[in-house]
Amino acid sequence: MSNQSNKILNTNITKLVNQPYKYGFSTNIEKEIIEKGLNESIIHLISQKKNEPNFLLNFRLKAYKKWKQMKCPDWSQLKFSEIDYQNIIYYSAPKLKKKLKSLDEVDPELLKTFEKLGISLTEQKQLTNVAVDAVFDSVSIGTTFQEELAEYGVIFCAISEAIQDYPELIKKYLGTVVPIGDNYYSALNSAVFTDGSFCYIPKGIKCPLELSTYFRINEKESGQFERTLIIADENSTVSYLEGCTAPQYDDNQLHAAIVELIAFDNATIKYSTVQNWYSGNSIGKGGIYNFVTKRGLSIGVNSKISWTQVETGSAITWKYPGCILAGTNSQGEFYSVALTNQYQQADTGSKMIHIGSNSRSRIVSKGISTGKSKNSYRGFVNITNKAFNTRNYSQCDSLLIGNQSNANTFPFISVQNLTTKLEHEASTSKIGEEQIFYFLQRGISIEKAIELIISGFCQEVFTELPLEFAEEADRLLSLKLEGSIG
Amino acid sequence: MNIKTPILEIKNLNVSINDIEILKNLNLTINQGEIHAIMGPNGSGKSTFSKVLAGHPAYKVLDGDVIFRGKSILSLEAEDRSHLGIFLAFQYPIEIPGVSNEDFLRLAYNSKLKAQGKEEIDPIQFLSLIYEKLKTVKMAPTFLSRNVNEGFSGGEKKRNEILQMTLLDPQLSILDETDSGLDIDALKIISNGINTFMKPDKAIILITHYKRLLDYVKPDYIHVMQNGKIIKTGNNQLAEELEQKGYGWLN
Repeated sequence: MSNQSNKILNTNITKLVNQPYKYGFSTNIEKEIIEKGLNESIIHLISQKKNEPNFLLNFRLKAYKKWKQMKCPDWSQLKFSEIDYQNIIYYSAPKLKKKLKSLDEVDPELLKTFEKLGISLTEQKQLTNVAVDAVFDSVSIGTTFQEELAEYGVIFCAISEAIQDYPELIKKYLGTVVPIGDNYYSALNSAVFTDGSFCYIPKGIKCPLELSTYFRINEKESGQFERTLIIADENSTVSYLEGCTAPQYDDNQLHAAIVELIAFDNATIKYSTVQNWYSGNSIGKGGIYNFVTKRGLSIGVNSKISWTQVETGSAITWKYPGCILAGTNSQGEFYSVALTNQYQQADTGSKMIHIGSNSRSRIVSKGISTGKSKNSYRGFVNITNKAFNTRNYSQCDSLLIGNQSNANTFPFISVQNLTTKLEHEASTSKIGEEQIFYFLQRGISIEKAIELIISGFCQEVFTELPLEFAEEADRLLSLKLEGSIG
Repeated sequence: MNIKTPILEIKNLNVSINDIEILKNLNLTINQGEIHAIMGPNGSGKSTFSKVLAGHPAYKVLDGDVIFRGKSILSLEAEDRSHLGIFLAFQYPIEIPGVSNEDFLRLAYNSKLKAQGKEEIDPIQFLSLIYEKLKTVKMAPTFLSRNVNEGFSGGEKKRNEILQMTLLDPQLSILDETDSGLDIDALKIISNGINTFMKPDKAIILITHYKRLLDYVKPDYIHVMQNGKIIKTGNNQLAEELEQKGYGWLN
């Protein structure tokens, strides 16, 4: 339509979507830092700091060698300046005076930080039905409800703790779902990861609490390389959620994580993410580079892995949570809402690798792009030759708000077994001037209009989130998309 | 015997879009209880006229005034004009993906209540209200759960516009080619909806190309618009003449 009205519409929408980032504060705390740069001796130093067994040091060194031979992938739609890996701090940890006996002994400054983020670690104020592991820069600060969970045989702790206390589990499973050399960032993570969460759900146990990890990047020049490993033994069930925020800096910070999930016979893992890293300012300066490899292995018969993600933050998001459906009758799911604004770029989607017969997968992806952002869905559905009677359904919907944003869909489908049933649906819709005018003519304000459109558009995904977090996700999107007018 | 109360007074209205002047010195007064039909060739400014009244931001008013029930509305946003009681039935009703018709209608209804300082109604109260309204345009309740205009046939879209009009109960309704693309049955349903809706305190502007709508909804006046102004005004007889002779004979 006309330039004049486009301008009006865009100003309205810009006002609406450009809410200040409310987690942008940083915490001033004494910390221990390993100097910038990446080489073998830094890796030795990290391993030494963490007092790691030899097998893990070797794992890291092998990964580092691999990483040095690899190149940064360039197949995505993302545009960003080259990352100087020698200019990153790979280890930054708040200085701890002694080993903590209880969470109440954690540095009050840190407790305050997490409290400000809505995560209470002290006993009196803990959420009653969620166990939380809080990770600050390179280390885990503490985990709530550990004893209660232990009664059920559930292990939920920082991965660095698990390396000390359950080395045989780590040795057996670490790197089995996402191999060291899987991709450039997985090799980097495997070399330098510092902390993350570890969960083990024993046979026959339905985990009595929601498990949750909250990641916070605080240090300006440090990267965060977290590593999460969740193992659900036969007939067990677990629901896990991760959340993340970071202070507002002008420089970009690197976050390269790996999450590995393993589900044995009849086990179910539900993994949800609400990602709200700092996304950069209105001219695209600063923000987190989020390069993440998440993968689940449904190895058991009737096993099920379900990913749900709400991605609203980060300057760059590069992640494709996937499932290797190895078990007969195994199931994989991926539900995603990715919202990009201003100069954010998201290249995200899912991989479903069908190996077991009768395995089923479902992908529901909702991309919302506004401002000058770019939002791409990239998916890979692979039906291997011995996977009989498999089923995949993929749905990729894009919603463009305003007229300067960009949405793409790149579905790759490979079928080597003719007994499969596969569906792919895609749609693109736009909220432009005429839609908004229609709402306004009916007396509905622009805020209400966008809220209604967004919540309708995302409903299918939000219903997949654990109840406590569905609200959080709704709030998060609302925060980003409404409220500045009136 | 009865004193006429103007609902809408348009005075010397000049309007442009992208620096092209569309409406030129347009004058028109519409009183309560009147139905006015506006006819005219394509590109004569009829749709612009309807959007300007509703407050579409793309159009720039260069000169003149639009008075609605005694007050100028030119400085008001589309949303506020709607709350005052101006309704536009769109020529091409907009599809809104992911938003159910029920939510949309309830939100519109509650927005109006709120603007009038009245208490909003809950979804259950709303359902009983909307079920009644659905009957007036012969639409099935299943239509509420569908997304706004998405996948609607041409006739369903137009019926949805009339449903919204009935629900929001405006003082002034502008129906922009609500009859185009309708089969005879749908035209009858819509005309019936309009006639039932019309009350002595309301006014309706019908923008149309065809006489057949005017056979069902009888206007008090027919105006012919050409080059952004009204060049002729008459009664139903005028529609007959236009039907036979086209617009050429007016020049």
